[in-house]
Amino acid sequence: MKIIDAAHVFFDYVRRDENDNIEEVSHALSDLSLSIEKGSFVCVLGHNGSGKSTFAKLLNGLNIPREGTVLVAGMDTRQEDKLLQIRETAGMVFQNPDNQIIANVVEEDVGFGPENIGVPTEEIWRRVEASLSAVGMLAYRLKSPNRLSGGQKQRVAIAGVMAMKPACIVLDEPTAMLDPNGRKDVMRTVHELNRREGITIVHITHYMEEAVEADRIIVMDQGRPVMDGTPREIFSRVEELKALSLCVPQVTELAYELRKAGMPISQGILTREELVKELCPLLRASGHEGNTYAKRTR
Amino acid sequence: MSIRCEKLTHIYQQGTVMESYALRDISFEIQDGEFIGLIGHTGSGKSTLIQHLNGLMRPSSGTVYFNGEDIFAQGYDLRKLRGQVGLVFQYPEYQLFEETVLADVKYGPKNMGLSEQEAEERAREALELSGLQPEFYARSPFELSGGQKRRAAIAGVLAMGPQVLILDEPTAGLDPKGRDELLETVSDLHKRRHTTIILVSHSMEDVARYADRIMVLNEGNLQYFDTPRRVFRYFRELEKMGLSAPQITYLMQELRDEGIDVDPSIGTIEEAREEILSLYWSQGGPLAAGADSGTEAGRGLGESSAATGK
Amino acid sequence: MLRDITIGQYYPVDSVIHRLDPRVKLAGTMVFLISLFVTSKLPAYLLATGVLFGLIRLSRVPFRFITKGLKAIMILLVISVSFNLFLTTGTPIFRIGFLQITWEGISLAVFMGVRLIYLVLASSLMTLTTTPNQLTDGLEKGLGFLNRFSVPVHEIAMMMSIALRFIPILIEETDKIMKAQTARGADFESGNLIQKAKAMVPLLVPLFLSAFRRAADLAMAMEARCYHGGAGRTKMKPLHYEKRDKNAYLLMAVYFALMAASRFLPF
Repeated sequence: MKIIDAAHVFFDYVRRDENDNIEEVSHALSDLSLSIEKGSFVCVLGHNGSGKSTFAKLLNGLNIPREGTVLVAGMDTRQEDKLLQIRETAGMVFQNPDNQIIANVVEEDVGFGPENIGVPTEEIWRRVEASLSAVGMLAYRLKSPNRLSGGQKQRVAIAGVMAMKPACIVLDEPTAMLDPNGRKDVMRTVHELNRREGITIVHITHYMEEAVEADRIIVMDQGRPVMDGTPREIFSRVEELKALSLCVPQVTELAYELRKAGMPISQGILTREELVKELCPLLRASGHEGNTYAKRTR
Repeated sequence: MSIRCEKLTHIYQQGTVMESYALRDISFEIQDGEFIGLIGHTGSGKSTLIQHLNGLMRPSSGTVYFNGEDIFAQGYDLRKLRGQVGLVFQYPEYQLFEETVLADVKYGPKNMGLSEQEAEERAREALELSGLQPEFYARSPFELSGGQKRRAAIAGVLAMGPQVLILDEPTAGLDPKGRDELLETVSDLHKRRHTTIILVSHSMEDVARYADRIMVLNEGNLQYFDTPRRVFRYFRELEKMGLSAPQITYLMQELRDEGIDVDPSIGTIEEAREEILSLYWSQGGPLAAGADSGTEAGRGLGESSAATGK
Repeated sequence: MLRDITIGQYYPVDSVIHRLDPRVKLAGTMVFLISLFVTSKLPAYLLATGVLFGLIRLSRVPFRFITKGLKAIMILLVISVSFNLFLTTGTPIFRIGFLQITWEGISLAVFMGVRLIYLVLASSLMTLTTTPNQLTDGLEKGLGFLNRFSVPVHEIAMMMSIALRFIPILIEETDKIMKAQTARGADFESGNLIQKAKAMVPLLVPLFLSAFRRAADLAMAMEARCYHGGAGRTKMKPLHYEKRDKNAYLLMAVYFALMAASRFLPF
């Protein structure tokens, strides 16, 4: 079943001068068509200005297309009376952890969404507790957001979305401003929500490593998807990715370099385990005993 | 010419119950023209340390010597020091304020008391070094893209002509190409200008690629200060500090655990490539392993390429 | 550190005072403040002191947190106390040049100082025991009747709550920008007034831009979380008066009556 279905979407940013005359029009999305399966984990990659963020904001009606349609769980984002329902279905987490937390206490922030859609009080409490424990932040429920680390703030933001019982969460570079530990925590949380609660995840990122475990990768360029496939398919096209100002995970790049230098290694290596498995038989010489590393480094 | 810290200690909220050590007895010396990577998890004291190096923060005890002079001594010209030890903060584009890029970059040199003309010369030179195209110089800094803004902001510090450039997470939030290009610019500056660089980063991969030496801070202590390879040997200890070695180091370690004879302290793709290929060819390459005749030649090749790789 | 400023900084422990309805605490603070000005009799002030410190004990907030707020009004305090001290006419005790200290001056200065200090302590106690959200909820509900006169009470309350959340963030940001410009040779201290004002431009422009950017981000985040004004909203923590709140109102009334009655004391 499709949770997101976008067809022939065009979206422009229009800049106007003081007299409301159009000064500049930039086509952020042009003829974008794609659909996302319910329950899948999709990563969207692309350089700055490729239209990733604009795309993300289409999925919950923050951006309305100039042309074409976006359906979220069958609802057209153009229908204003469905807007709240659409935003309930497709929640959104943004890049800057500080600028999306509204309340001064963690649990009150998580309750903000349910309050807005008129959930009864007791039910709000149940949801707040469930969502905070789903992201592993229940122990911080009474803390001030200002006292949390970036990664913790992002998890609170995710809990805030979870409390709306969404079918889909769209994350717009949620890890860009975090340190490696915060990044790991957020990614672990998001994967857990996908696996355990079956929530569809659309994760936008600049970190190739984060895309390795996705079900599907979409690469955007100039406002439309240009590559679409499993991580293995996408990351075996190293040269194409580089041409799009992207890169591949370090392990993939090493495997690619070794292959180019003539070693028989398969394409699209994604993890260290895979590369170790491929390298071992190639490097383990029969009848070659002794510690040559020691000899070579002397 | 050097930066030398002696028993540098910084205590936050000294004398209260909330007293906490941000830096504890830090001593080190950085030589002229070195490229230093500074690593530590959030709250390890990195930002506090770099703000001492140009006198923005005063130590609780200990001191910093720049070119042999105590920068916290009475009468030391801290403003002049800030021109010589340039500090680029995280997300530096958020300090842009002038109407044009050029005017903004001139702010630093003008504060140093240079004439309008000198300031302009310095600014143009710095902008060129920063890799920003001349067509942007007359534009408003707020019209630029994220990566361009950051270059303009870095140029603002470069225009003061620093001998030491400290960059706090200069690549945060940039896309992969932006990251690579910016690091290349910094590396270029290091090579062409012989500027001493202190690069604060969360990315072991980046630091491994560029730094001569890596400084690891942990809870305010200077844990390691050595070449990347020597530091990466402690990858287990790094992990306990909430850091991790580069992916490639783990890979080499795992190969070694499988009984493959590779150097486990390697941290970059280039080095790993050389190491693996030299071992591969030394064992006969694709022509089945164990062919002893080819081994010697292959090994020789491996040695020379490993040496040039470093 | 800057993030430790007291205003809007809730001290999270559980106490009777924390559990009181915010409307009670708002009303109580108002009653206490007014009570200090209806009388200047010593026994009344002893009562007020007893009540204030009793409440502070009950709140389980460490005393030094409550007194933190005093630092901010130190200058105001010194000025108003010395004005009263030196410029009150009456029975002189001694005089230095044109300045003279009188008995009346001393008593006025002491009262003024005590009033100011108690004012700050009482407000700090309220903000330390009430989350800013409860506080705005209290204002929203307590002043809800103003809605009928088309005052946008909900919106104002929401703005206050957001302001409270962003004040510490913006203060930290100010510090960051200041340091960054200092690293570029800026000097915010020396020079005459005009030079100082000019030196603020590199600080203020980035600060305003950042505030606007944050506001835009926040508006988008709120919209994404279905915020559409006060209509149809439910509350996670709706306000209900409990028995203790009613008792508190009763005690408040007794206290105020005593304070007011002290005016008629013969001394």
